[in-house]
Amino acid sequence: MKYLLMICGDESAEAHANDGCGGWSEEMEQRGVVEGGAGLRPPSEATTVRVRDDELLLTDGPFAETKEQIGGFVLINCANLDEAIEIAAKHPAAGYGTIEIRPVLDVPPEYV
Amino acid sequence: MTGAVQEELDRVFRDEWGQVVATLIRVTGNWDLAEECAQEAFAAALKNWPEHGVPDRPGAWLTTTARNRAVDWMRREAVGAAKLKEVAAMIPDHDDEPDEPYDVPDDRLRLMFTCCHPALAMEARVALTLRTLAGLSTAEIARAFLVGESTMSKRLTRAKQKIQHAGIPYRVPPAHLLPERTPAVLAVLYLLFNEGYTDPLRSGLSSEAIRLARLLVHLMPDEPEAAGLLALMLLHDARRDTRLTADGELVTLEEQDRTRWDHAGITEGVDLLDAALRRGTPRPYQVQAAIAACHATARTAADTDWPQIAALYGQLKQTPVVALNRAVAIGMADGPAVGLRLVDDLAAGSLVGYHLLPATRADFLRRLGRYAEAAAAYRDAVELAGTDAERRYLTRRLEEVSR
Repeated sequence: MKYLLMICGDESAEAHANDGCGGWSEEMEQRGVVEGGAGLRPPSEATTVRVRDDELLLTDGPFAETKEQIGGFVLINCANLDEAIEIAAKHPAAGYGTIEIRPVLDVPPEYV
Repeated sequence: MTGAVQEELDRVFRDEWGQVVATLIRVTGNWDLAEECAQEAFAAALKNWPEHGVPDRPGAWLTTTARNRAVDWMRREAVGAAKLKEVAAMIPDHDDEPDEPYDVPDDRLRLMFTCCHPALAMEARVALTLRTLAGLSTAEIARAFLVGESTMSKRLTRAKQKIQHAGIPYRVPPAHLLPERTPAVLAVLYLLFNEGYTDPLRSGLSSEAIRLARLLVHLMPDEPEAAGLLALMLLHDARRDTRLTADGELVTLEEQDRTRWDHAGITEGVDLLDAALRRGTPRPYQVQAAIAACHATARTAADTDWPQIAALYGQLKQTPVVALNRAVAIGMADGPAVGLRLVDDLAAGSLVGYHLLPATRADFLRRLGRYAEAAAAYRDAVELAGTDAERRYLTRRLEEVSR
């Protein structure tokens, strides 16, 4: 199963932006469960895009003004939700922020 | 149909539904299909058994029939040959190898842990447990939780979809996860029990909870907290019929007719608890069961071992409600003045708005003969009480101290 781990935090989480993942990445790479991911620049540097009636609408800032914002993401491939929970719980950001686990939509084989 | 066959069929339904569904989920991986095939198997039994008699091993008959329906369906839907073969091979037909055990005993345990997975919302866990394990219909569950049938149906569908799409595994968690996952199962059963215990119209939920807890104890004989929970339920349930008068008036523990308690239930609960306690440090359900046992085994209200109850409350995590109960026990042991002081210390805490806080104060004030203050506290409690029976009881007390 593939899951996206969305790593969220409030403004205070920015202090951890350059912390690294304290061995988490190494362990997960070794287990072969990580398919990709990155940390993100802060939401103040975001640009939001919508197209309505062929018109391009741009907004400065994130798509939703919520207290918690996505600060990074990891795409993992593991056995099941229990393993995904274990992987997310081990991530250092789980200790100060929130990690949302989203199963990735199964793509029908003919589109792969 | 003869009454005997109908009765047997009802019993078999209660006893076997969970096993049939649990096995079918394991082999088909499809919750809806499993339920449907189980339903069809029971419908077939309803037709077949009155004529041909109840088979020797009704569970095996039902599982085989349900399996055959699943194979038919998969054939129609052209499910892969490998999967089909796996399903077809899963159990011997009931004619051959009659001595072969037909069930894998932990399918129901798998089902229980999956239904109670903490990634599901509590209300979904409860509904799913009642539907798949206990075999209640969606309409029955909807009635029990006072929601419309379509709402309940959506809740069940969403839960099953999440299990499938989010990859919640169909298994008993590995040993290292059990300490965090077993309490999740116990919490669902206890919630179910309490739903039925606090509302006499829904007492069926308590019976289901007890039945499922018995099953859990049977499936997890090494888990003392499962036994502790079952003991707790049995000890509370033993007093069920004496808690209300025929007119629905509340009867306090102190005033209940102890000769009408279910003494067989109490003995079973106490034995279970004793066996669990011998296995080491008691955990919360066992401690709560021990408190219930102190009440259940006191011959009269005056014989209640309040110091022991106070000590047991001291072993529990000190939530505001536990602290209040502990204050009551200490007050009963050391006198109402001591109890009142403890309750007043709690008053500033997070119990504001909880009717048992002023009700407890009122009770201690009444025992101290401070009737005017007691009346004021009873009035506060009436204001906050959640049910009519509680309001009527508190009003009765209020009238007593106002005379």
